[in-house]
Amino acid sequence: MPYELRLEVLAQYREQLLDGLLMTVWLSVASIAAGTFFGVVLASLRSVRGGPVRVLVDAYVEVIRNTPFLVQLFIIYFGLPTLGLRVGAVTAALIGMTINLAAYSTEIIRAGIESIHKSQIEAGEALGLTQLQIYRDIIILPAVAKVYPALCSQFVLMMLASSVCSAISTPELTAAASYAQSQSYRSFEVYIAVTLIYLALALTLRGGLALIGWRLFGRPGGRAAQPTLKVEAV
Amino acid sequence: MFLRSFGLNEFYFLLESLQWTLALTGVAMVGGGIAGFLVALMRTARTKVLRMAAATYIQVVQGIPVLMILFLSYYGLSLAGYRLPPIVAAGLSMSIYASGYLGEIWRGCIQAVPKPQWESGESLALTIPQQYLYIILPQAVRISLPPTVGFLVQLVKNTSIAALIGFVELTRAGQLINNATFQPFRVFLTVAALYFVICYPMSQLSRWLERRLHVGSRH
Repeated sequence: MPYELRLEVLAQYREQLLDGLLMTVWLSVASIAAGTFFGVVLASLRSVRGGPVRVLVDAYVEVIRNTPFLVQLFIIYFGLPTLGLRVGAVTAALIGMTINLAAYSTEIIRAGIESIHKSQIEAGEALGLTQLQIYRDIIILPAVAKVYPALCSQFVLMMLASSVCSAISTPELTAAASYAQSQSYRSFEVYIAVTLIYLALALTLRGGLALIGWRLFGRPGGRAAQPTLKVEAV
Repeated sequence: MFLRSFGLNEFYFLLESLQWTLALTGVAMVGGGIAGFLVALMRTARTKVLRMAAATYIQVVQGIPVLMILFLSYYGLSLAGYRLPPIVAAGLSMSIYASGYLGEIWRGCIQAVPKPQWESGESLALTIPQQYLYIILPQAVRISLPPTVGFLVQLVKNTSIAALIGFVELTRAGQLINNATFQPFRVFLTVAALYFVICYPMSQLSRWLERRLHVGSRH
């Protein structure tokens, strides 16, 4: 007997799926905000202070970038409680995503900062700008503007990667899908629908980030907006 | 009750399962490499339909989670009557995932070869396949090495997601041992360390290749 697609079963689970979608959006937005913030802070610290600070930041970035996100989540969710720190599934997901994204954005923004030519800073000093003005207007903002497309790609990757948070029982979109398929036995319909939702989310996020980039830096983010600095963040 | 503790035997089990992580990475690299190469060729083809098809494919693969590709091939294809063992489902999914990213990376590398190179090939009366084979690809391959090795790191890490459909690679082995020993901190830190030992040298290699490629073109 050929298989019949029955997409109408999805309607039964629309509430769970909607809740899951909102959780995915919330986790993504929160970790993008926090991850970018820590990325800017760590990349700045690293470029201002030499010695142990730089070594520590670099070690953090390398450890996170060279281990799987899923294993990082397991360490936070299952490992921390054995040290006496109990974290819920949502908190664990949020911590994990922030720690992960912060490492990538530190690396990306570092590349941006290093691309700022020394003469720019000297020009700022010659104009009598304060240290803070130089830092903000000559180093950080142009650096972030330069690497914005790479940051955006990383944000989208993080949103997509949040799907593995279902493995630590965070009630996000993939978890909602797993629930719906375990109840309905309609795994193909459920996963096709949820895949399309993720695709729509990714396109929306990319579009939104491009708009934000346009507002902030006067040009679209997204890829290939203009020749930008090459960062090895795939 | 007597719990097993995380000792040498458990460590050997992790090491053994590391082979499966590497095997899955290898399968994905070969499958994804072949498909990704075709995607890159289509993406840079002269026919518009081919370019559009490849661009759509890349957008879709890069717009959905790896986990969804895994679920769709694991659950979806079993409905079509193929009961896939996890290794096949995992290998197929990771190949699809890799092809979407490698296709885009390699498109960039092909397009990074300067246009006069194509023109000089044409003026030597080379056919298009000959231009690719003798002029463009040898240069594109050189440019592609650093980002390809960089992607390989992503691939090794993302094979961990196959644990969620029950494929026993390193991460799944960690889960199994954790269930028996309940020493999650020790177990998963060891798992993370094993990934790091594989990935860190590759990251450094990618960086070194990148620097070497750009020698002379630095400001």
